[in-house]
Amino acid sequence: MTTSYVGKSVKRLEDARLLTGQALFVDDVHLPNMLEVAFLRSSYAHARIRKVDTSAALKRKGVVAIYTAKDLGEYWQPGPLLVSPPPIKRLTFHARTQVALAKDKVRYVGEPIVAVVAENRYIAEDALNDIVVDFEPLPAVVDLEKALLPNTALIHEDLPSNLAAHVIQEKGNYFSIKDKADVIIKRDLSYDHGAAVAMENRAIVADWNAREQQMTVWDTTQAPIPIMNGLAKMLGLSETQVRVIAPFLGGAFGPKVMMFYSEEMLIPWISKKIGRPVKWIEDRQENFLATTHERGQTHHAEMALSKEGKILGIHDVFLHDTGAYDPYGLTVPINSQCTLLGPYHVPNYYSEFSVIFTNKMIVTPYRGAGRPQGVFVMERLLDLAAKQLHLTPAEIRSRNFILPEQFPYKNEIIYQDFAPLVYDSGNYAPSMEKAIELIDYKKFVEEEQPKLRAEGRSVGIGVVSYVEGTGIGPYEGAKVTVGATGKVSVATGVGTQGQSHFTTFAQIVADVLKVDIHDVTLVTGDTFKMNWGCGTFASRGMVVAGNACYAAAMSVREKILKLASEVLESPIENLELAESKVSVKGMPEKKITLGELAVKANPLRGAVKPGTVPGLEATAYFGPATGATSNGVHAAILEVNPKTLRVDILKYVVVHDCGKIVNPMVVEGQIHGGVAQGIGNAYYEQIVYDKKGQLLTASLMDYLLPTSYDVPRKIITGHVETPSPLNPLGVKGTGEAGTIPTASLFVQALENALDNPKLEIREIPMSPNRLFELMKEAL
Amino acid sequence: MSNLFPISVTVNGVLYQKEVEPRLLLSDFLRHTLGLTGTHVGCEHGVCGVCTILFDDKPARSCIMFAVQANGHKIMTVEGLSNDMEHLHPLQEAFSEKHALQCGFCTPGFLMTLIPFLKENPDPTEEQIREAISGNLCRCTGYQNIIEAVKLAASKLQASKATVAN
Repeated sequence: MTTSYVGKSVKRLEDARLLTGQALFVDDVHLPNMLEVAFLRSSYAHARIRKVDTSAALKRKGVVAIYTAKDLGEYWQPGPLLVSPPPIKRLTFHARTQVALAKDKVRYVGEPIVAVVAENRYIAEDALNDIVVDFEPLPAVVDLEKALLPNTALIHEDLPSNLAAHVIQEKGNYFSIKDKADVIIKRDLSYDHGAAVAMENRAIVADWNAREQQMTVWDTTQAPIPIMNGLAKMLGLSETQVRVIAPFLGGAFGPKVMMFYSEEMLIPWISKKIGRPVKWIEDRQENFLATTHERGQTHHAEMALSKEGKILGIHDVFLHDTGAYDPYGLTVPINSQCTLLGPYHVPNYYSEFSVIFTNKMIVTPYRGAGRPQGVFVMERLLDLAAKQLHLTPAEIRSRNFILPEQFPYKNEIIYQDFAPLVYDSGNYAPSMEKAIELIDYKKFVEEEQPKLRAEGRSVGIGVVSYVEGTGIGPYEGAKVTVGATGKVSVATGVGTQGQSHFTTFAQIVADVLKVDIHDVTLVTGDTFKMNWGCGTFASRGMVVAGNACYAAAMSVREKILKLASEVLESPIENLELAESKVSVKGMPEKKITLGELAVKANPLRGAVKPGTVPGLEATAYFGPATGATSNGVHAAILEVNPKTLRVDILKYVVVHDCGKIVNPMVVEGQIHGGVAQGIGNAYYEQIVYDKKGQLLTASLMDYLLPTSYDVPRKIITGHVETPSPLNPLGVKGTGEAGTIPTASLFVQALENALDNPKLEIREIPMSPNRLFELMKEAL
Repeated sequence: MSNLFPISVTVNGVLYQKEVEPRLLLSDFLRHTLGLTGTHVGCEHGVCGVCTILFDDKPARSCIMFAVQANGHKIMTVEGLSNDMEHLHPLQEAFSEKHALQCGFCTPGFLMTLIPFLKENPDPTEEQIREAISGNLCRCTGYQNIIEAVKLAASKLQASKATVAN
């Protein structure tokens, strides 16, 4: 039975493999004769390396080779700059990228210095203890606010300061309206480091086959095709000699799109050098030390408003911590700068930021990718303005929403995709109305909260809104093939880390080709199956690769109908495609199956017409001009235990507009997970470096992920559908929607629950400990 | 390191006799020595629960046990639940129906934690479920759908028991 799949909560096609333990993850690749690698990593945040002595380690039985920076010869070079800075006029940027192994100097705790290759990981780790490194410790640069002071140690000594970049973007003229404002809200706000902490750590297996002159790499990357291209270049191979496979990934959330990690540069090189398969599996401590982090900003922000609560302008100057290197360019701070504006009409905006090198792990996008920081600034300023103007949080937001007739809405600044920040479409008021209704705002504030307060309970409510720039270019591709059995295979370049691509892309293709979804098989993340594309990041999988699947399926459909028209001797408009076959309308006996057509499309004898492209196969690409802008409103009711400061989230509402929804079940799953990460970010998770740059939170006992007790009792979702005009499917991304505004909401509701006018939260994360301190100060 | 110890372990009903180093982790033994890669490893310090297996029918973290400790014991991994993709165990079915997995990396650990839980609590309350899974971390789902899946699995298991009884 052929049905229409798009728009339905189709059960996932990938589940059975994952539920039975048969899905392949990188660490499951176990090749004969395989060696394993362990890294000696820096124990200092900032130090010169005087000498590395590996002689004792080399003598240990089972150790096959040891490499330091010097052993890499010409292969040792700074990694590529992944994202160059966008074309912004007032911009300075100093690219300083990571290296495979630290040579003269280490710049963060955990930076790899020596690679030990042994018969297994146990022996390799034994040998790490035999290595002696003579360090000359240098003062560590940890505090963002002090990093630019004169006489501070220089992390990159060829630069005049620890400034990595400086950017100013402006819309209108803030200074022209400041004096006309009725209300000015000015605050310092900060958002400390957090980490993605996917349940699967990073992993790489490389297998150089000398006979075939072929390199195969299994990598926990979100971007297998760029890894293939980069490795080919670094190793002096052609792209066709390198196959990168990103099989099932155990979550990624951003840091697995960073490239090239030191280990990614090294493991394939070692395999080629030794001629044996080589594996490196990151352990959890390494994951905290040496997988990229995010957040880490301090804002000095100011909002000017009229007495009606209309935003006249915003002035924001902030510092962004990029860690020891900046291979990901300016993506994160530009996202903060742009997303701060949110769903609001802000006529005047001055935004200036400085990116700072510090002796910490590199900062690259993690779910939200700079957006939560920007949203935090905007939402906090609105909260404070609302209090001063005696407006509800919903009122002040609604008064500032961009109106439906203002779309496409031009923000007049440049976004991370190098294009001017334009919101393609949106309808914000209904999201707010729906959220207020679902959380039952009025009833809570007027009836329930007074009662609860009378009982001595601290229960509070909050509501925030945000936009999410999604689905940016440049492009993705898909290859759709109908085989002789009538089954359809789809290959796309984006890798998969839990997003349900096997199902959602199949839904699209099955609908176009009118086949049973179970007859559609997907391949993701194997460069031998699709070698053009970019990767899975920035909530772009469905928008960009989804539309490529659609385009390729449409081309195959055209081929099917054209060939069927010849075979059935009937014009295309008289044909009907349904249930894996083509028939002539009104003559159901005159039919041919897709499998039979596929055989005819690939003849073994005879002549084909000039220009014939064989097979029922097509490859298509989709590249949107700019990103599609999703938006939403989150609302919550939470209770704080005033003694223990434990928080229970009693009700959580997400109303979200991601355009046309392909699979509601999958969208809701993305939202649930995103909210959980947002709550972790708000109240439980924090990356803590001490004054010497030592990481104090390098285990899951110190870095607390939310458990089943810490998440909302139930997340209620509502949807508004404003299709994007930028792609044929009308879709917008949704991967980060759950995370972006959650911390902002959490602190608003927390303040509301504690009902102390002196308590003002200006930082994230807000741990129970920190809240306890703030409450004492507010007594 | 050639001091190897002989061990006999029954995994998913199959008796394995192997010689192992005393320091070999049980998780590595299952994954690399036996090739049962359905058991995953998430933290190697016993917090995340990804590596959970059944050790003499009780959930245990295979990353903080040595293989030699399993000598003479009975282990069940996710492969022992059902590795027939066409005929899943009711708990596996419920996970799929309720979208209780996304990347699926933590899932085997959840399943192995829940099998004995559902035997002991055939009709669990939501609070009991929340507690039962509180030692397993999932970074994708936010747990809500896992809780729904456990409720569904309980009713499926009860229904199948009723069918057998009839």
